[in-house]
Amino acid sequence: MLSYIGGRLLSLLLTTLVASIVVFLLMQVLPGDPALLILGMNARPDTLAALHQQLGLDQPVLTRYLRWIGGFVVGDFGTSYTYSVPIRELLGPRVMVTLPLALLSMLVSIGVALAIGIYAAARRGTVGDTVVMGVAQVSVAIPNFWLALLFILLFSLHLGWFPASGFAGWDKGLWPGLRSLILPALALGLPLAAILGRVTRSAVIETLGEDFVRTARAKGLSRSAALWKHAVPNALIPVVTIVGLQFSFLLAGTIIIENVFNLPGIGRLVFQAIAQRDLVTVQSLVTLLAASVIVVNFAVDVVYGYLDPRLSRGGAG
Amino acid sequence: MSAVATTGAAPRQRLAILSSRNLTIGLVVTLLLLVMAVLSFFWTPYSPTAMNFRARLQGPSLMHWFGTDNFGRDVLSMIMVGARNSLSVALIAVLVGTGIGIPLGALAAARGGWIDGLVMRMTDLAFAFPALLTAVIITAIFGPGAINAMIAIGIFNIPVFARVTRGASIGLWSREFVLAARCAGRGDAAITLLHILPNINHVLLVQVTIQFALAIVAEAGLSYVGLGTQPPMPSWGKMLNDAQTYIYDAPWLAIFPGLAITFAVLGLNLLGDGLRDVLDPRVRRER
Repeated sequence: MLSYIGGRLLSLLLTTLVASIVVFLLMQVLPGDPALLILGMNARPDTLAALHQQLGLDQPVLTRYLRWIGGFVVGDFGTSYTYSVPIRELLGPRVMVTLPLALLSMLVSIGVALAIGIYAAARRGTVGDTVVMGVAQVSVAIPNFWLALLFILLFSLHLGWFPASGFAGWDKGLWPGLRSLILPALALGLPLAAILGRVTRSAVIETLGEDFVRTARAKGLSRSAALWKHAVPNALIPVVTIVGLQFSFLLAGTIIIENVFNLPGIGRLVFQAIAQRDLVTVQSLVTLLAASVIVVNFAVDVVYGYLDPRLSRGGAG
Repeated sequence: MSAVATTGAAPRQRLAILSSRNLTIGLVVTLLLLVMAVLSFFWTPYSPTAMNFRARLQGPSLMHWFGTDNFGRDVLSMIMVGARNSLSVALIAVLVGTGIGIPLGALAAARGGWIDGLVMRMTDLAFAFPALLTAVIITAIFGPGAINAMIAIGIFNIPVFARVTRGASIGLWSREFVLAARCAGRGDAAITLLHILPNINHVLLVQVTIQFALAIVAEAGLSYVGLGTQPPMPSWGKMLNDAQTYIYDAPWLAIFPGLAITFAVLGLNLLGDGLRDVLDPRVRRER
């Protein structure tokens, strides 16, 4: 198990390193001189040169990369060109929007998916199964930002239950903040739940047909006991895989959903930074996002090894 | 794959009917979309770009089936042209993905060793970047617009097709018919073209429908945030973005473009499911 985790950890570090290089090189291609953008088109050449020096833009590429990545690993993501504050300070309040949003969406996705997947699998072939899976089939096709608009139309404008845009903040207590995240989380999570629910259903159906479930039934276990104690736990492996894959979708989804609901999160920050040619900020944020995807995939691999011990023993099974 | 035939005949028959129904509905919806897109070259009820301020923000009526927008443009006409736009962006994106991804995946499977490792690590790396984020950065670098959106979405299709091609073909390389072809003196490239690809094309075809649907959503997403298709060319995503401003007075503006996207994606997904059930008998069992 340990060597399995070690191997995965090594590949995690390597992938993150290469990802940071790719992002850094991409940013070098980005047209537009950040110093010129800060100072405006009429900047005097000597002020421009001074700012270049201040931002470190006069250094060779390799030096700049090493300086940036060296700071990155100790949590110093550089200083934003446009806001002139450390990126870490920009990040703080925005992480407190995006992270709860992502977790809440994940919760919606997993919760709904397990409920509909197990329900449909246990009642395979019935009207309930057909209806639930039919709705899921359609929901997979609904883009999250459209679902968001429909939710705004129904729950904000007509029923007035949730705010249509903006974030109330966490300082007034848990509920106001949570309230502004519920619609975005539902819009993000439900289409993912539809995908995950279909995976859950077929995984549970597959394990229900396995010998060990038949043995459990034969030794006198009730249908529901066989389902919950034997079929469901063994069906979780493919489900966990898809959950890991969905995390990347989820991060990308927050970028658009934050725009729909005007939420001051990481996604909006990335957008603003790109629009303002705030290279260091884009670079650090994108690398952070990529790193978090890599870390989640690593976590999935570890959970995987735990759920299926054969994997971590390296093909012994 | 050995202990498969555990289900009785009755549910399997029903499933076969169900799958052909998937295929039929999927085909019909996709064809409808295609017809709408092609038709928009020759005829739309109104000009999709002509503004008519006396007819602005009208609800659905016999004159304007889907209503009019804040410039008095006919929504149905815009959705028809939007279909053309969506399909062409998705088509190019999938062509980029298949054109580069399939050869890469086939090469990895054929050669194995370090080439295989390199290609697979590259796809790992590509998957670490959320697809839409990559697209946002690429369109930010090269400027917003439909062409750059095609490239941006296409780039993300490359690792998908590389993975699928490699995964589907790697097992075939140890099969007898490949060994026989090798004994007959064929090289890796010829074996790939004549024996490997024909045996995995059903897998690739299903993946094409999936990626096509994803590309349509991605294009709409990019256009929604203003990085995709630029006005005055109508696009479904841009229409949804504009609709948000008038969502209280003119909710139909937010309904129809979203329905169009959902319709298109649903059709392609059903087509993919149906194709998989019909073309690949191994997965026909239970899903």
